[in-house]
Amino acid sequence: MSDAPLLTLRNLRVTYPGDEGDFVAVRNVSFDLGRERLGIVGESGSGKSTTGRAIMGLVASPGIVEADEMRLAGKDLTSLSERGFRRLRGKKVAMILQDPKYSLDPVMSVGQQIAETHRCHFRSSARAAQEAALEMLAAVHIRDPDRVYALYPHQVSGGMGQRVMIAMMLIAGPDLLIADEPTSALDVTVQHQVLAIMDDLVRSRGMGLILISHNLHLVSSFCDRVLVMYGGRVVETCMSGQLSKASHPYTRGLLASLPELGRRRAELPQLQRDPAWAEG
Amino acid sequence: MLALEHVTVSYGTGLGRIFAASDVSFQVEEGASFGLVGESGSGKSTVLRAIAGLIPHAQGRVILAGREMSMRRSTAERKMVQMVFQDPYGSLHPNQTVDQTLSMPIAIHKLGDSDRRISSVLREVGLGREHRYRYPHQLSGGQRQRVAIARALVLEPRILLLDEPTSALDVSVQAEILNLLARLRRIHRLTLLMVSHDLAVIAHLCERIGVMSNGSLIELATADALASGKVSHGYTRQLLRSNRGFDRSGAEIVDVTS
Repeated sequence: MSDAPLLTLRNLRVTYPGDEGDFVAVRNVSFDLGRERLGIVGESGSGKSTTGRAIMGLVASPGIVEADEMRLAGKDLTSLSERGFRRLRGKKVAMILQDPKYSLDPVMSVGQQIAETHRCHFRSSARAAQEAALEMLAAVHIRDPDRVYALYPHQVSGGMGQRVMIAMMLIAGPDLLIADEPTSALDVTVQHQVLAIMDDLVRSRGMGLILISHNLHLVSSFCDRVLVMYGGRVVETCMSGQLSKASHPYTRGLLASLPELGRRRAELPQLQRDPAWAEG
Repeated sequence: MLALEHVTVSYGTGLGRIFAASDVSFQVEEGASFGLVGESGSGKSTVLRAIAGLIPHAQGRVILAGREMSMRRSTAERKMVQMVFQDPYGSLHPNQTVDQTLSMPIAIHKLGDSDRRISSVLREVGLGREHRYRYPHQLSGGQRQRVAIARALVLEPRILLLDEPTSALDVSVQAEILNLLARLRRIHRLTLLMVSHDLAVIAHLCERIGVMSNGSLIELATADALASGKVSHGYTRQLLRSNRGFDRSGAEIVDVTS
C-alpha cells in the first residue's frame, strides 16, 4: 500500500449559476482521504451531499465543479470527461444512497441487478456473474443467498435492501465507497447491523469510506475523522470520539440543541447562526 | 384525561389476520405527556390513529375526558383531539395558503371570528403576519411544521397527538419545535401524546414512555428510569444501546426473513 492518499481534494468549489447571481453550494473544501473512514456531517443545504456527488462526477448541469486539485487513486478528476467518469464509477468509486426502495430497479430481481454490475465491469459470463453475486450476497450476511437472489426489491425489507445495495456497490471492488445517509431510512437497531456489515467489508478490503450523514453521534462513533460542514464550507475537523471537545460555535450549538437521555432541560438551547461562519 | 383499554386493531381474517395493535392499555393524566417509542411496524402510529378516531373498526375502549368514544364521533369530540403529522411537506395542501389552511377547521367547526383566531394562533407558534398569505412551498421545513401545529391548535384542543413531529427536520430546527411544543403545553395545559423512534426526543418531552414492539405495548417506564437504564425488557435495552451511537454489541446480525 502506497503512502499517497486515496483521494485528494484541494479547494473544491461547486457553483450553480442563477439569474440572481451564482449559488455556491460547496466552497473551498479540501481534505485528504487514506484508507480510513471519514464522516461528513452537516444540516440540509450544508453541501455535504454535493461534495460526495462532485467526487463521483455526478453534479448535474448547469452545476460547475472546480478544484485546484482533485485526484482519486492517482487519477486527475478535474479534467476527466463523462466517458472517463463512467469508467471510474463502480470500479474505483461507488456510492450508496439513502433509500434502497428508490435506488433499486423495481422490475428486476435483486440478484440479477448485482450480477449485471459484475457483467458490466468484468465482461463476465452470465454464470460467473451469478456466482459472484451469490458470493457477494453471502458476504453481506444474507443467510439464504439463493432465495434472496430471486426476490424483487418490493419483497425485501429496508435493511436487507440496503445490504443488497452494499453488495452491488462492492462487487466491482472499488477503492472508495461514498455512503450518503445510508441508514437514515432504517430503524435504529437495523442501522447498526448495516453499518457493521459495511465496516467489516471496508476494513477487510482496505477501502476508503466517506460516510455522509446529519446524525452527529452516529458519525462520530463510527468514523475515524469527522468533517463538519456549514454553508458549503468545512468549519471544523474532529477526530473520532473527540466531538465533545469541538471548538467551533456551530458544532457546539448543534450538539447542545440535541435532546439527551438522562439530562433533562426545560428548554433546549437554540442555535444562533452567525453569518460569519459561512464566510470563514 | 385519556385512557385506552384493550385496544386491538387487526386487518384480514383467519390465518391471514394481522394485528397492527393488540390489547394496548394505558392512561394519561390531564396535562401530562406520554410518549410511544418503537420501530416501524410496531403499531405506535396505529394506536395514535385509533385515539384520533381514524380507525373505525378498532376494538376495545377509547376514553377521552371521561367519555367513551363510539364508532362515530360528534363534532365536539373531534375538536377535542387534534393531530400533527410527521411530514409537513406532505400534510399541508400545496395549493392553499397558510390562511386558507387555517380557516378550514374554523369553518368546519363553525367557530367564527376567523380573522382574529388565525392571527393569534400564528403569533403563538412564532410565525409573523408575512407568513399568513404564503403557500407551503414558500416556507422552510420548520415553518411548515409550525403551520401544522397551528392548524391543530386553532381548534383549542385538549389533547394533541404528535406523530414523529420532528423526524423530518434538521436538529437545530428540531430544538425550536420541541421548545415550542413544551411552551404550548404549559400555556394551554395540553395533554400530549407523542410517537417517535428517537428515545432522546421522547424522553425530553414526555414523563412517561411506552415501548411498543410487534403491535404490543411491552414496557411502561418513566423517562428518568429509561435514562438511568432501569428497564426490564431486553428490547428496550437494545433500543437504549442503539440510541448511544454506533456500537458493535448493539449490532448482532440477525437475518430476518423478509
